Amino acid sequence: MASPNVEALSVTHVEKKKKPPARYWDGPNDGNKEGKDGEQTEQKEQQTQRATKRKQSEDQADGKDVLSGKPDPFPGPAPIPEDRLQKFKRKEKTKKPRRQNYKLKDMIARSEETSEMAQKQAARLDLLLPEDAGFLEGDEDEDTCTISQEDIADSVDISSGTKYFNLKLSQFGPYRADYSKTGRQLLLGGRRGHVACIDWQSKQLMCEINVMETVNDVKWLHSEAMYAVAQKKWLYIYDCNGIELHCIRKFNDVLRMQFLPYHFLLATASATGFLQYLDVSVGKEVAAICTKGGRLDVMCQNPHNAVVHLGHSNGTVTLWSPNQKEALVKMLCHQGGVRSVAVDKTGTYMVTSGMDKKLKVYDVRAFKVLKSYFLPAGASCLSLSQRGLLSAATGDIVQVYRDVWSTPVTKPYMAHRVQRTVWGMHFCPFEDVLGVGHGDGFTSMLIPGAGEPNFDSLDANPYRSTKQRQEWEVKALLEKIQPELISLDPTELSRVDRATFDMKHQDRVQALGFDPLAKEKFIPRYKKKGRSSAGNVERRKRKVAHEDLREDIQKSAEDKKKIEKERKQSEEKKAVLSSQKSALDRFKK
Amino acid sequence: MAKASKKKEIKTVVTKSSAGMDTLAAVRPDVVDYDDEEDLNETITSEEEEEDGDDERKRQKLLEAISALGSKRKTKLGERSEASVQMSEFTVKADGEGDRVDLSDLIGTMEKTSAVPAKARKQLKNLQRRNNTIECPLTKQQSERIQRDVAFQKAATQVTRWKSIIKQNQRAEQLVFPLNQEPPGPKPMERVVSGWKAQTPLEQEIFAVLSANKQPINDPILTPAEEASMRAMSLEEAKIRRAELQKARALQSYYEAKARRERKIKSKKYHKVQNKAKRKDLLKQFDEMVQTDPAAALEELNKIELARMQERMSLKHQNSGKWAKSKAIMAKYDDGARKAMQQQLEVNKELTQKLVTSLNNEEEEEEKDAGDAEQLPDLVPDAEHGLDSLNPWMTGKLSEEPTEKEKSEPMDLTAAGPGNTVEEEEEEETEEEALLREFDSRRKLRQAQETDAAPLTSVDDEEDEAAAAEDPDASDKEEEELTQFTSLFRGIADGRQEAEAEKAEADASAQLEEDVTRIRTLEDMELLCQEESTSGEAAAPPPDTENLPTQQAGKKRKRGIELNQVLTKKTQVIQVPLTPTMEDTEDSDGKLDQRGLIREAFAGDDVVSDFLKDKRKQEDAGKPKVLDLTLPGWGEWGGTSLKPSRSKRRRFKIKAAPPPPRKDQHLPSVIMSEKRNSSISLHQVSSLPFPFESHAQFESTIRSPLGRTWNTERTVRKISKPRVVTQLGAIIEPMAREELMKQAAAGKTSVVDSWRIKQ
Repeated sequence: MASPNVEALSVTHVEKKKKPPARYWDGPNDGNKEGKDGEQTEQKEQQTQRATKRKQSEDQADGKDVLSGKPDPFPGPAPIPEDRLQKFKRKEKTKKPRRQNYKLKDMIARSEETSEMAQKQAARLDLLLPEDAGFLEGDEDEDTCTISQEDIADSVDISSGTKYFNLKLSQFGPYRADYSKTGRQLLLGGRRGHVACIDWQSKQLMCEINVMETVNDVKWLHSEAMYAVAQKKWLYIYDCNGIELHCIRKFNDVLRMQFLPYHFLLATASATGFLQYLDVSVGKEVAAICTKGGRLDVMCQNPHNAVVHLGHSNGTVTLWSPNQKEALVKMLCHQGGVRSVAVDKTGTYMVTSGMDKKLKVYDVRAFKVLKSYFLPAGASCLSLSQRGLLSAATGDIVQVYRDVWSTPVTKPYMAHRVQRTVWGMHFCPFEDVLGVGHGDGFTSMLIPGAGEPNFDSLDANPYRSTKQRQEWEVKALLEKIQPELISLDPTELSRVDRATFDMKHQDRVQALGFDPLAKEKFIPRYKKKGRSSAGNVERRKRKVAHEDLREDIQKSAEDKKKIEKERKQSEEKKAVLSSQKSALDRFKK
Repeated sequence: MAKASKKKEIKTVVTKSSAGMDTLAAVRPDVVDYDDEEDLNETITSEEEEEDGDDERKRQKLLEAISALGSKRKTKLGERSEASVQMSEFTVKADGEGDRVDLSDLIGTMEKTSAVPAKARKQLKNLQRRNNTIECPLTKQQSERIQRDVAFQKAATQVTRWKSIIKQNQRAEQLVFPLNQEPPGPKPMERVVSGWKAQTPLEQEIFAVLSANKQPINDPILTPAEEASMRAMSLEEAKIRRAELQKARALQSYYEAKARRERKIKSKKYHKVQNKAKRKDLLKQFDEMVQTDPAAALEELNKIELARMQERMSLKHQNSGKWAKSKAIMAKYDDGARKAMQQQLEVNKELTQKLVTSLNNEEEEEEKDAGDAEQLPDLVPDAEHGLDSLNPWMTGKLSEEPTEKEKSEPMDLTAAGPGNTVEEEEEEETEEEALLREFDSRRKLRQAQETDAAPLTSVDDEEDEAAAAEDPDASDKEEEELTQFTSLFRGIADGRQEAEAEKAEADASAQLEEDVTRIRTLEDMELLCQEESTSGEAAAPPPDTENLPTQQAGKKRKRGIELNQVLTKKTQVIQVPLTPTMEDTEDSDGKLDQRGLIREAFAGDDVVSDFLKDKRKQEDAGKPKVLDLTLPGWGEWGGTSLKPSRSKRRRFKIKAAPPPPRKDQHLPSVIMSEKRNSSISLHQVSSLPFPFESHAQFESTIRSPLGRTWNTERTVRKISKPRVVTQLGAIIEPMAREELMKQAAAGKTSVVDSWRIKQ
């Protein structure tokens, strides 16, 4: 059950006091975990109960009784909280026009019914996601940012405590890190050629190689079986045993990579200014776009609509889809160059940091600045967690912020100093962990409240077995979204194409390479006996041209006549309609 | 029928004659003979019949023989006289040819036979008496057509009975064939239970108890007792209810009719009397109410007050109406008219005067008790105290105690300047004195008001006239009023007050344009003055700080050139400096010196301008080009250094329609591509499907996803239900007639159910 809009995020952040999730051993009375909304619903329930009680007492007064003798205290289906319903709402209902034929009426009614049912069912089953996110809360007069990682690791349970660790890899320094989609595997790529993939929770090394070349970026592909490494010249793909599967010579000088999981596309940004898309399911290059934006070393994707965001040295952030040769949107974000970009999971917010030491939060749907912060040293790396925590690295300090878009933040939620300059950061999905790759290796930090507590086991299951993974892979491949469907608005597909005939014709011409409606040119036949003299040929040509012209004129004249006739008819009709003579009509001539 | 039969007869005769002619033509020599025989026939008597018949027969035979010789004629039909198998209708003897066959001829015998019943006899007689002819029957085609029509209609009605069920099936979400099978899946409890019988002693006992208490066993919705009661009650209750409703309706209609009748009465006297009676009645009622139910009385009072206000507003009984004017002209010469006028004015006075009831008096007294110490002298005009209502003329109570609040205000003290000393003196007076004095002052003030009324009405008239005029006129009028009032009060007020008043007047005139409230009194003006000052204080500062930049921004945007300043300003305003949380800032950052900072600060300038240039370029590229069709040399001199004239160029320039507004129109720091994404259009629905009337309708029907990824299993199953389900191997038979019956039954039950629910 993938919820359509996970905007409940911000709500959970604002709420300060989070009750622990209810457990069955806590006893039935302890049911105030739902927060305000839950209380409201409870009130409602009470009201309804009261109402039903009243009703029942009335009924009893009438002599009506139920089989068991006791009335049902909870008649009808259980109520669904309004906010949960809201979460699964998809667009507004249409207003019913008055006059409709019954077919249309039926159709609309049926679709409304099903969509309502879907919404309600989804909301009902949302109960099955009982886990809740919590946050670190300091004592009075204690900033949470002063709490050290060691303290946290000491105070949490052992299994969580092991999630804070440091890997000291000073030899092949600075490292980029990437977690797989399920959050189980970690991929590390050292600048000097060291590539390692680790099952980081069990600390089991899956493979470790040195590619003997500069490594610019590393990225997991759709599963933990394969990963891509952007090396000095080409793009390489390795499997989880470190065996080189492909060297893709079409992709050169790649600096940054993003993998679009539902499209099976690997988007790469190169030093030559090219943005390329590789379909990893068929191994074909889908699009290569010259961005004309210089060296592209800032890149991120919008998980909501699979649009790639690129940051440029002239302070602009551009949005790209593989279907268009020019940027969908180009927005000026910073006065200096853009250092890092991150987009949140719902595709609502974009956070950018620039050379002007500013950290800006944009609403990507409206392309408007929401907040603008000034960081004393600027942020070199940004990463957003599933629940909307922002981590920003300034030099060797990793700061984590909470709620950067709704409330003005004055101090970080957490901070940590690593050994050397931070090179790559990535929040681990479904875990309260932030992986930081830096000059001296890798640090896994504990950030309470970072990960999504409820995972969709059909989408990304951290605990899946090999068999499940294989099955998932097949299904995911079957459900692969074509790259043509990437656009700024992902719901565009559900809209009717309102293009004009001209537009469609243009598209057709472009697709075919010629105009199918164009008239072929008249070439006069060659005639013997001197009848194909230049003058004669010219005359024949003119004749044909004249005939064509005449046809055109005739046609247009006919059209005119027709229009005139129609007009007259309509006028007559009008006259008939307005033939109620007034007293003044007699003066008309 | 008689006529028709006659016709036929004639026809037969004709045909016979023609047949005769044929025979004649065939047998020439016999012609004379034949004729003779005809003659003979006429003359023949009954005695000679046999002989004659013999001759006839012979002749016939001869003729037959001859004809058999000549042609291939088929066997002639035999004569009627003899019994034969085939009988000719043509050979009937036309004895009474030309005579009418009357009914009486036929029924002549009826009289004699006694077997015929009397009734039939009577009928026949009636028939006999009737002489009108019967219309000839329709032709075969027509009658057939009618028959066909009737048959069609019959068939149509039969077929249309199926219509509803067919439509229902067409509209059904899912059809399961063969029809009428038990729906699969779990059956409701009742249905399962109904086939089951209690067997064990325990079960039997339980059921005995249940049935003894009339508890539901199968259908838990209604107990048998309930059902019984419902059945018992329903009819009677319905009848009673119906009767009640009928009665109510009848009463209402009577009442309406009565009202209509009364309203149509044109007699003025009648209405006058009626109204008077009504008023009296009302007053009586009101008096009673005051004693019994003060709250209701107060409400009534409010109503009266409202009516009074309306009266005042409408000025219905003033002398401004058409009727009143005409009467006013007539009043000189006509006593009646004068009386009528006076009456009307009285009515006006009555209506516009505030009702003073005991309740009100009590309240007043309370108020007075509270504010006894601060009594005002007689001199103070009541108009000054009309604070609570905007229009002081609306208050019927003429002298009102100033409230505590007013006292606290220093402005009021100035307004009541001369009275202050008197006020202090009078503090020692007793209550009775105060009351007396109050009445006195009231009387005086009423007089004063009456004097006021004259100019007021005139002003009102003027206003009415100028109602259609523009606002400034109205304001002028108001100013005039103001001056009038000021002159009225000038005698009382100080010079200082005057100055203030004038100032206020000036202020008020300025205020009038925007404010609807009327300024009638000095106090109001003072209040206004205060408001002005306070509002001025509140409103003045913001324009300095906020309004200016926004205005500038608006201007800039309109021009669309110097966007960069707007942009930078915006970001700077929002900027929230983050407190340096830790002392562990980067040492590398610490190195940044002042110069570097400055460079960084100004690094963005060219970035912004570049971006704006880019944006402008894109905008220009999107604009349609102006087509210039000017040809040099036509209609004027042409040459290398000569340019076509401006007027000509303007004439031949074709301007394209302006493009639709860009998406980034209002976003200065964003460039959005206007290119159409044609790749997605291949997957989109290209035109609106059939039953839908608008895009929104269709889009809303496909708004929710269908797949298992987004939906629960139940929803998916519901969504992907097949339209038609057929059972494998089952014979799908056409619908039987029972289906119809079932349908009807279901319809009935459903109606009953709905009725039950309503109950």
